[in-house]
Amino acid sequence: MAIVPLERKPLTFAERTYVPQILSGLKTTWRHLVKPKETLEYPEQRPAIPPGYRGVPTLVKDPNGREKCVSCQLCEFVCPPKAIRITPGEIPAGAPAEHVEKAPKEFEIDMLRCIYCGMCQEVCPEEAIWLQNQFSMTGYTREEMVNNKARLYELGGTLPDEHFKWDKKKSAETHGNDRH
Amino acid sequence: MIDFYLNLHPVVQGVLKGLAVIMVIFPIGGACSMAERKVSAWIQGRPGPNRAVVPWVSWIPVIGPFLQRLGIFHVMADGGKMLFKEDALPGHVNKFYFILAPIVAMIPALTTVTAVPFGAYLDTAGKVIPIALANVDIGLLAVFAVSSLGVYSLILAGWASNSKYPFLGGVRASAQLISYELSMTLSVIPLFLWVNEPGREATLGLGRVVEFQSQPGFLGGMWFVFIMPVSAFIFLTSLFAETNRQPFDMPESEADLVGGFHTEYGAFKWGLFFVAEYAHMVIGSTVFTLLFLGGWNPLPWVSLADLAGWLGQLSPLLAHPLAVGVISIGVFLVKVLALVFFFMWVRWTVPRFRYDQVMEIGWKKLLPLSIANLIFYAIAIAIIQK
Repeated sequence: MAIVPLERKPLTFAERTYVPQILSGLKTTWRHLVKPKETLEYPEQRPAIPPGYRGVPTLVKDPNGREKCVSCQLCEFVCPPKAIRITPGEIPAGAPAEHVEKAPKEFEIDMLRCIYCGMCQEVCPEEAIWLQNQFSMTGYTREEMVNNKARLYELGGTLPDEHFKWDKKKSAETHGNDRH
Repeated sequence: MIDFYLNLHPVVQGVLKGLAVIMVIFPIGGACSMAERKVSAWIQGRPGPNRAVVPWVSWIPVIGPFLQRLGIFHVMADGGKMLFKEDALPGHVNKFYFILAPIVAMIPALTTVTAVPFGAYLDTAGKVIPIALANVDIGLLAVFAVSSLGVYSLILAGWASNSKYPFLGGVRASAQLISYELSMTLSVIPLFLWVNEPGREATLGLGRVVEFQSQPGFLGGMWFVFIMPVSAFIFLTSLFAETNRQPFDMPESEADLVGGFHTEYGAFKWGLFFVAEYAHMVIGSTVFTLLFLGGWNPLPWVSLADLAGWLGQLSPLLAHPLAVGVISIGVFLVKVLALVFFFMWVRWTVPRFRYDQVMEIGWKKLLPLSIANLIFYAIAIAIIQK
């Protein structure tokens, strides 16, 4: 990159009086005064959330309504601030998702500890925990700020993917593998 | 009703008139603080305060939400907050002067109104009579004398706070006042030289200046801002400095002096300083309007008497002295508020000068300029009026 010598001109008389500068400044601020406002009025107007946003972590169900979490506890172990606590449980015999064998009995995320890093989502082999679009959580007590399993599923909803990994596994076990 | 008023003792009449004017100036001071927040917000691309609303106002369909958006009720919310906050009195201050300072700030700010005419009406003979608490001959001198007392409050506050930043703020306030008072006074002398033509009784009255700007003819109806632009410029600049407005915000100067003279103040005492500052600004704007912007004349070359004549042709009701008085006060207030808006507009445009720059502008630029301006107009007026 070549060096461009700049000539520093002495200020002209008009510039030294500072008046033209003030006038052009007034013109600029006037332009800002009349143009539309740039802020959102928050509680009524919400910002558009970009894809890939990491908001409040939630648990999701698959389109059949089966809870995807199998309580492997990887997220609990990876969580840097130790915000997640899982009580593993078994799926009782005779239930529709019996073949999955395990599901969390209780799943708690302490939102006072959570740092929204998204490592739980990254580590989850079942794609069961997702950081979604909600960005503001409030509560009056510490207990209110701990999301339990029911609340996590309520926040998470259903993930519309069509993997049905466990159903395919079950059909492969019973009918043999038709592909390979 | 009018007879009852006129039969009252003159002192009672005076007190009533004074209270009426204070009842207008004080809320304008409060409203200006709101306007400042709104103007700053708009210039920064924000909507500004627009939440507070009184329930029974929000029930009015269109006007209610409009007033809410305008932030009218934040004035009350702000004032109420100031009033009910704990008024802490720091242990290290000189209590007597500390409490005295905000009171001293309010008194000159509200006293200057007495000598300022703010409207006019036509009597039965068609003569324009200014409306003022006291349309005295020393008009402008009284305004200058009393309004400069306002700086004592800053010095008192700075000194009584017994803390270094307020003290520096107070010192700056006094130095700044001395520097700019000089050029301010010098800038209006040519104007009064021109107004006090030979063969007339000499006066410094502000009513007379407006009367002079409402004569017939091209030069007669010209506002002083066109005849003496340099004077107007110097006066306006000094007015910014006198009222401690940005860019001459030295005594407060929150970037280098924490809060300047009011660092140790809080709650209602702090609020009083600000109402005083805004009242000062309003009075300064009225004086500028009277001197340079033709007072209550609606437009250059269109005097109030002309307007009243035209309105009289439309309907005799509009030519009634009361109607003309209200119209003149309205015209005057519009000009004053536009000027107050200009103050705010400049505040959010120009960054604060450094202290040495303020002194340099005052002593090395404005003072020589105002002296040169005075000499030029003195010679010119001597030649014209010979």
